[in-house]
Amino acid sequence: MASKAAGKATGGTGRFTQDEQRRDSDHVSFLKHKGFRWLWIALGLCGASIAGYLLIDQQPRPNGGTWYGYTLGTIGFALILWLSLLGVRKRRINPGVWSLKAWTSAHVYLGLSLIVIGTLHTGFQIGWNVHTLAYVLMLLVIFTGIYGVWVYATLPQSLSANRKEMTRKQMLEALTAIDRQLESAAQPLGRAEADLVIEALGQDIFAGGPLARLTGSYPGCATARALKSIGGSSEAATRVTALLEKRSEQLAQIRGQLRIRAMLEIWLFIHIPLTIALIAALTAHVISVFFYW
Amino acid sequence: MFKVAIIGSGPAGLSAAARAAALGLSHVLLEKTDHLSDTIYKYQKGKHVMATPSNLVLRSDIDFDAGKRETILGIWDEQIAGHKVNVKYHAEAKAIRGTGDPIPGSVQQIVSRARDGTKNVKEIQRHAPPYAIELTNGETVMAENVILAIGTQGNPNRMRCPGADLPHVQYQLDDPAEYVDEHIVIVGTGDAGIENARGLAEDPAQRNTVSILNRGTEFPTAKAANVSALMADHEAGKLTVRNESETKSIEPGWITLTTRDGEIRIRCDRIIARIGSAPPRAFVEECGIEFTSEDRGAFPKLSPVFESTAPGIFVIGALAGYPLIKHCMNQGHDVIEFINGNTDLKPADEPIIAAKFANLPGNRSTEEWLEFLRANVSILNGMNPLQMREFMLDSEAKFYAPGEVIFERNAPGSSLFGIASGSVAVEVNPADPSITIPIETGSIFGEVGLISGRRRGATIRAAEDTIVVEISRLAALKLQSQVPSAKKAIERISIERQLLQMFGSGLTREDVAPLVEAAQVQEKRAGEIVVTEGADDKDVYIIRRGSMIVEKQIGDRPVFLSYLPAGSYFGEMAVVDGSTRTATVKAAIKSEVIRLPGEGFLELLEKNPRLRERALKDMEGRRATNAFIEGQKDSFSGAVDLYSKTAQFLVDNGIGEATDVLLIDEKLCIGCDNCEKACADSHDGLSRLDREAGKTYAHLHVPTSCRHCEHPHCMADCPPNAIKRGPDGEVFIDETCIGCGNCQRNCPYGVIRMDAKPPKKPSLLQWMLFGKGPGPGEASYSWRKKAAEAEGVQKPKQAIKCDMCSGIDGGPACVRACPTGAAIRVSPDKFLTFTKLTEDAE
Ligand SMILES: Cc1cc2nc3c(=O)[nH]c(=O)nc-3n(C[C@H](O)[C@H](O)[C@H](O)COP(=O)(O)OP(=O)(O)OC[C@H]3O[C@@H](n4cnc5c(N)ncnc54)[C@H](O)[C@@H]3O)c2cc1C
Ligand code: HEM
Ligand code: SF4
Ligand code: SF4
Repeated sequence: MASKAAGKATGGTGRFTQDEQRRDSDHVSFLKHKGFRWLWIALGLCGASIAGYLLIDQQPRPNGGTWYGYTLGTIGFALILWLSLLGVRKRRINPGVWSLKAWTSAHVYLGLSLIVIGTLHTGFQIGWNVHTLAYVLMLLVIFTGIYGVWVYATLPQSLSANRKEMTRKQMLEALTAIDRQLESAAQPLGRAEADLVIEALGQDIFAGGPLARLTGSYPGCATARALKSIGGSSEAATRVTALLEKRSEQLAQIRGQLRIRAMLEIWLFIHIPLTIALIAALTAHVISVFFYW
Repeated sequence: MFKVAIIGSGPAGLSAAARAAALGLSHVLLEKTDHLSDTIYKYQKGKHVMATPSNLVLRSDIDFDAGKRETILGIWDEQIAGHKVNVKYHAEAKAIRGTGDPIPGSVQQIVSRARDGTKNVKEIQRHAPPYAIELTNGETVMAENVILAIGTQGNPNRMRCPGADLPHVQYQLDDPAEYVDEHIVIVGTGDAGIENARGLAEDPAQRNTVSILNRGTEFPTAKAANVSALMADHEAGKLTVRNESETKSIEPGWITLTTRDGEIRIRCDRIIARIGSAPPRAFVEECGIEFTSEDRGAFPKLSPVFESTAPGIFVIGALAGYPLIKHCMNQGHDVIEFINGNTDLKPADEPIIAAKFANLPGNRSTEEWLEFLRANVSILNGMNPLQMREFMLDSEAKFYAPGEVIFERNAPGSSLFGIASGSVAVEVNPADPSITIPIETGSIFGEVGLISGRRRGATIRAAEDTIVVEISRLAALKLQSQVPSAKKAIERISIERQLLQMFGSGLTREDVAPLVEAAQVQEKRAGEIVVTEGADDKDVYIIRRGSMIVEKQIGDRPVFLSYLPAGSYFGEMAVVDGSTRTATVKAAIKSEVIRLPGEGFLELLEKNPRLRERALKDMEGRRATNAFIEGQKDSFSGAVDLYSKTAQFLVDNGIGEATDVLLIDEKLCIGCDNCEKACADSHDGLSRLDREAGKTYAHLHVPTSCRHCEHPHCMADCPPNAIKRGPDGEVFIDETCIGCGNCQRNCPYGVIRMDAKPPKKPSLLQWMLFGKGPGPGEASYSWRKKAAEAEGVQKPKQAIKCDMCSGIDGGPACVRACPTGAAIRVSPDKFLTFTKLTEDAE
């Protein structure tokens, strides 16, 4: 790196124009990327496939086995392989001049176009076989993808609002701090009440399982229970109640964060395994077609 | 009576004392603490000390090589004993007086400035050696020669209330983990105080009760990040911040405070006072030693043999302006040789400087080259040979053949060029490179980049065989503080050029001469108003450094109109059409403007119809923007409010001084942290950005990540000068970093982290197929630690920060890795506009 600094006083590395464009960039989401470029391309692809389907006289009847069917099948297969590569692209940033936003944009629109291309490829022949299995898997992947786009477009605002400029670490630290105060504040309480507080403090904040995480409802929450049961107007009780309220607010923020993040991610746990299943099914589909023509 | 007394046992003083001992000179080494080399003694435990610059040979009787702090101090202790150096501990010098006759005509002027800006000049008559060195313990040491090697730490400011001298009042905290079960009061809410308080309260298992006293309610001297962390700790009950509190008195076990609500007395087992430190300058000046200027960054005036203006007092080491251990040690050796009468000694950096001239035509020796540059480049005329040598260490001499490009328009660069022979041609019109303006031998160019921190404004080529000296930003800053006449000359030339550039081609130096004469450079604080809406003053301003924001009162609120970067001008409207000011202009950050009197400006316009046209056209554009926003205000006042507030928010978060900053649109961010992962994977496995941390307004989030400031604060105090601006405008830290942490403290945005490079991770494929390694992104601390232990070699902690992915095709990985388009990197002049800020991004 030192050589770089001592290096040429002239012109830089020629990245200037590229950098200036970037610095001037419109901040636009992946859906609107480059004026919906990939939407138009996908629509074109769908339009062409439909036109071909209607115009080309396929003998004996439209299905995967005609030359047009093969064409659509090949396009579809290639597309699916390419769509799956997003999983690698996302984790391999270098080398190469490319942006994940552009890839996601293309992924979404081209992925959607598979509904048309795949369906036309089947020639509307559905049955109980590996071919239809592949088709159904594809549709499932696509539908989970649609859910994904929907949450990507709608949830970030609430994620941001819930965060209130706090990081995950700060949220947990804030909770620990409240807990420390609770611990000493609960000392003067009676046995039963103190036990409630101790139970609340002892409970794993991540307890409740995936369902609780997704719905944000924690029926077994010991803090809520303690809050309900501890009453009285003694100084200690009021102080503990106030702290418990603070704790449950803090918990609500953490849980809100967990819930939104879970909703933003959960679909990938279907999208990705189904993609793997889809590729397996497709391979079987292709092999069977070639072997048992 | 000693032949030499050496004050301060840092690397510089140690090395001098060892040389004196080796030569058998009668000597004494005075050290105020009870150990050698206090600055290094105070480094963090286990700190890896680095021996930069690697191309400099060490010339000392004491050994030094990169290694652990403990090892180095151990070797020094041993060798100092081995050389039978006469060390006197607990010997803090408080005054040095000549005891000989008054030296005729040798009077030291000491200028001190009061808070209200008034100057006070005190004069001291210098006396000839021998010198009497008075120690704080009342003793006096006599010596013919004195070597001052006290470093730059200075003394911590002391508490002054009754009880301040009790032993439980301390001025430093080495290891917060050392204290348990104590009531501790921290005095002072600068960064040091806050960090100490938080450190002591961090681990609840230590059961410390920590309070920190704040004189007011604000924290003007601390970094925002530190303040918010402190307040969070306070809210969380980890510690107590006591606002509007001062100490009244101290007793064992207790402290009494005066607060807004009266006096209180609280338990207190330990007091840690972090109320700043006084630089050693006052003490040094009192010894009769003159500094090069009043500048805070100035160093003592020295001869080529390190002798100060007080005959027989020599200054070496960090105090002399050489902040690296190797430099210090070499000087210690050399200065004793000089005192001992060795006049032929060549400085240790001779080969480094000689190498700088190796490729120039015309067989000259190093001395001749230095003299050639000094004599020919006018701003260097005032330097002495020692200064020239030091200057050359941070500069380069270069030869260019006719037509060769020296720098290109829009290239980043903050160095200054001086023409030692030949001349250059400036391509003033980018559309037509054949139109050029010459700059002749002796003059300078490139000053705009130096002063404004912005990109080069024009391409410059050599017009004939030309030798230039390229003066790095650091060397140029030093030069200006050492040689006041150079500072003036640079200022004048820069004003002239700025005027010539302002309206493109067509003006000559004669045209602008009267304006240059009348121009005035003014400094503006962040937020200071330069032009007030409705006022009828008539001056024109050029932004020389920093940036301004333009606001207009619409209805009952100020509305943000536009952002003006350095190089722009404003205030011309009122002058040209005689109206009152139509908007308020104030400094977005600390800035400098050139004030031009309105009449002079008008005169210039009258003489140059083309210029007038240009000015009118520019004004048209500004009026249109104003009208547009005012128009929007009527129909979409919500949008204008949002725009105005968002712009102000961004300026408050340092965007005004940024050149390239990462923003996150939280309307799009799904929190996947792919940006951070990509950053780590592009840079040795450590992320240089913290996405979640930082402020947010209207869903626009400024994460903790480098803004690549126009004038980077981080560069201010880097001993090896490891922080530079790269070819694409990025501010980066190179591998010569010694890990001192100065930059981390100096960056107001908290974006620098100190960490050791982790070992390489298994490849992505191995992870995807076999689950090997930690996967994409920054590996957990425990993985890094384990892998580093397995590898065996311990890497030093160095400063790391964003380098804008320089050298990586496609540009910043954070932006490229964002799946939704939430992460963008922008520059303020392009982004702080109505369309960009109100654009609906879904
Ligand atoms: C955290 C940190 C890390 C660093 N890491 C490195 C590194 O890895 N490599 C490197 O090359 N440089 C490093 N540096 C820089 C280096 O430590 C200093 O530049 C160097 O120590 C300066 O040496 P000096 O001899 O001039 O003064 P100092 O080392 O500051 O020594 C001055 C001595 O004088 C004594 N003294 C002061 N006033 C008086 C008085 N009135 N009377 C008597 N004695 C007095 C002090 O107690 C002290 O012992 C680092 C600096 C810091 C702060
Ligand atoms: C058969 C078609 C498809 C296949 C094989 C496929 C496959 C994939 C794969 C492998 C990933 C990478 C996930 C990861 O590693 O995190 C992915 C991500 C994604 N897919 Fe699909 N996908 C398909 C169709 C779709 C469709 C139709 C949509 C939307 C309508 C969609 C939306 C997404 C989105 C939004 C992501 C997440 C991108 C990110 O967060 O980086 N996908 N898909
Ligand atoms: S590290 Fe800090 S001071 Fe340095 S350029 Fe980046 S933001 Fe500015
Ligand atoms: S880069 Fe920072 S830590 Fe490294 S040497 Fe420079 S100032 Fe010190």
